Amino acid sequence: MSRTETSPKLETALVTGASRGLGRALAGELARRGIRVVLAARGEDEVREVAASIRASGGEAHALRFDVTDKEAVAGAAAAAAALVGPIDVLVHNASSLGPVPMPLLLDTACEDLAAVLETNLVGPFRLTKAVAGSMALRKRGVVVFVSSDAAVSAYPGWGAYGVSKAAADHLARSFASELEPSGLVFFALDPGEMDTAMHRAALPEADPSTLERPERVAAVLADLILGGAKSGDRFVAPDLITRRMQVAGGER
Amino acid sequence: MKPATWPRSDKSRERLMVLDRESGALSVRSFFELPSLLDEGDLIVVNDAATLPGVLRFRHHELEAELRLAAFDGGTTFRAIVFGAGDHRIPTEERGPAPVLASGEILEVGEGLSLEVVGVDPVHPRLVTVSFLGPEERVWSGIVASGRPVQYSYVDRPLSLYHVETVFASRPWAAEMPSAGRPLTFGLLRAFEARGIGLARLTHGAGLSSTGDPALDARLPLRERFDIPEVTADAVHAVRERGRRVVAVGTSVVRALEASARRGNGAVVAGEATTELRLGRDERPMVVDAVLTGMHEPGTSHFELLEGFADRPHLEAACALGTREGFLLHEFGDSLLVVGAARRRLPVAA
Repeated sequence: MSRTETSPKLETALVTGASRGLGRALAGELARRGIRVVLAARGEDEVREVAASIRASGGEAHALRFDVTDKEAVAGAAAAAAALVGPIDVLVHNASSLGPVPMPLLLDTACEDLAAVLETNLVGPFRLTKAVAGSMALRKRGVVVFVSSDAAVSAYPGWGAYGVSKAAADHLARSFASELEPSGLVFFALDPGEMDTAMHRAALPEADPSTLERPERVAAVLADLILGGAKSGDRFVAPDLITRRMQVAGGER
Repeated sequence: MKPATWPRSDKSRERLMVLDRESGALSVRSFFELPSLLDEGDLIVVNDAATLPGVLRFRHHELEAELRLAAFDGGTTFRAIVFGAGDHRIPTEERGPAPVLASGEILEVGEGLSLEVVGVDPVHPRLVTVSFLGPEERVWSGIVASGRPVQYSYVDRPLSLYHVETVFASRPWAAEMPSAGRPLTFGLLRAFEARGIGLARLTHGAGLSSTGDPALDARLPLRERFDIPEVTADAVHAVRERGRRVVAVGTSVVRALEASARRGNGAVVAGEATTELRLGRDERPMVVDAVLTGMHEPGTSHFELLEGFADRPHLEAACALGTREGFLLHEFGDSLLVVGAARRRLPVAA
């Protein structure tokens, strides 16, 4: 069980919202790259099936029932994750809420709905970071990712509550980065772009799926960032990274 | 001294008593002064075990009962203590009679969470060994959903798990909070680094501290599991080579480092092991120079361990001053630093 800590090699990950979409794809991608992964999600049956399918392809994966908005559950989730795979090296805040759909204009948004979106997308990830990153800092090893959105940077009608929560989470990542860089930790945000996921269908049901990115391709560039030493405090845009990746691949041909 | 009945919301009000190991001199400080009381080159070692939510309720032949996971044995096997009806508001020694369990019994201790009794202590049948059933992911989901942290009758209200986790908590090996590390804020850890004081970690599965039965309590601490990373073993050696001090945060860290040093003929050995070591007047520490701990009164196993660091009259004087100064006892209480010059380095066997 004991590992040397002179090696910066990342060995374990905890991914929230891991039963679908980007979370599911990323958990699979990290497991393929040899990381022991804990998949957390509210729907226990669904996340167990995903973990089982990762194990069936040879990865190490464990499912954990966890609701990111449940204050009482955070310390237990962090402890259970560490019990299953060892101290957590990579934490990915992927679970996210759009708020009510169809997404209302701000003047039609109930204050309680704004608060609920902030709870899921900002306060929950803050609590979970507090439960996990202290141990990372002590071990001088850790990467924390906040999955963001274009709506964090640009304002779109109907996306106000969600956009505000993501903008705040981006800044939370930068703020943690500024405080924990001396401990060797890496915090960054990633805008995954528009993906063909259940969440995107809920927000924009009329979108043409053929114009949307597959979550697996976003997961591949995100795994590169996590394992390849992204600069702490940065914010990345997945479509740009995918384009660059294809250009590099094309240039090598 | 009175027990602290709830965690202080303002950590800047945590208090610290400093006892000089050699002279017995005492001083009363704010906990925030701790970095200024140590020297550049000293090494602080913390226990990063998270606290298990290890109190599980079950029914046994129609009777309410409780199981407290008492020591982690690896995987999903634990030693546990059986309690009778009642909850944490009732002092443990006044609880109803504990059911007698038999090896091979299966107990349902939570929703979708069951375990098998795999051993019953022949002398104290309340001490059992249990193995949870099912895949690990279901077991851990179940333990954190159904279990509650251990708490004693002097604590005001039901505790949440986050009340009993340190800022650096990681693997849940501890049956009770490694409480000496509780007042350590991240800001204080930074202050140590800024002063050139080293920081290292180990994981020690601190066991239950009270069973309510004096005969069973006399067997505490139980055999405990610990894991010392290589960087920590190296850091301890380097500090001792330089004649600086190893400062253990908590008796659990003392136990792990000293047990390891006894296995290694004076050299702390990296890796996972278990220990039944009892430190005290007759078994003095070899590698730990100073200990930061809670306030402990005579008659407890923690006090006994401190007698390995300082003479009994000095420790009693610390308790008397604590009483006069209104220091608080137990896991949410005030702290004691027993400190002195670095020990003379013992020759380390290669």
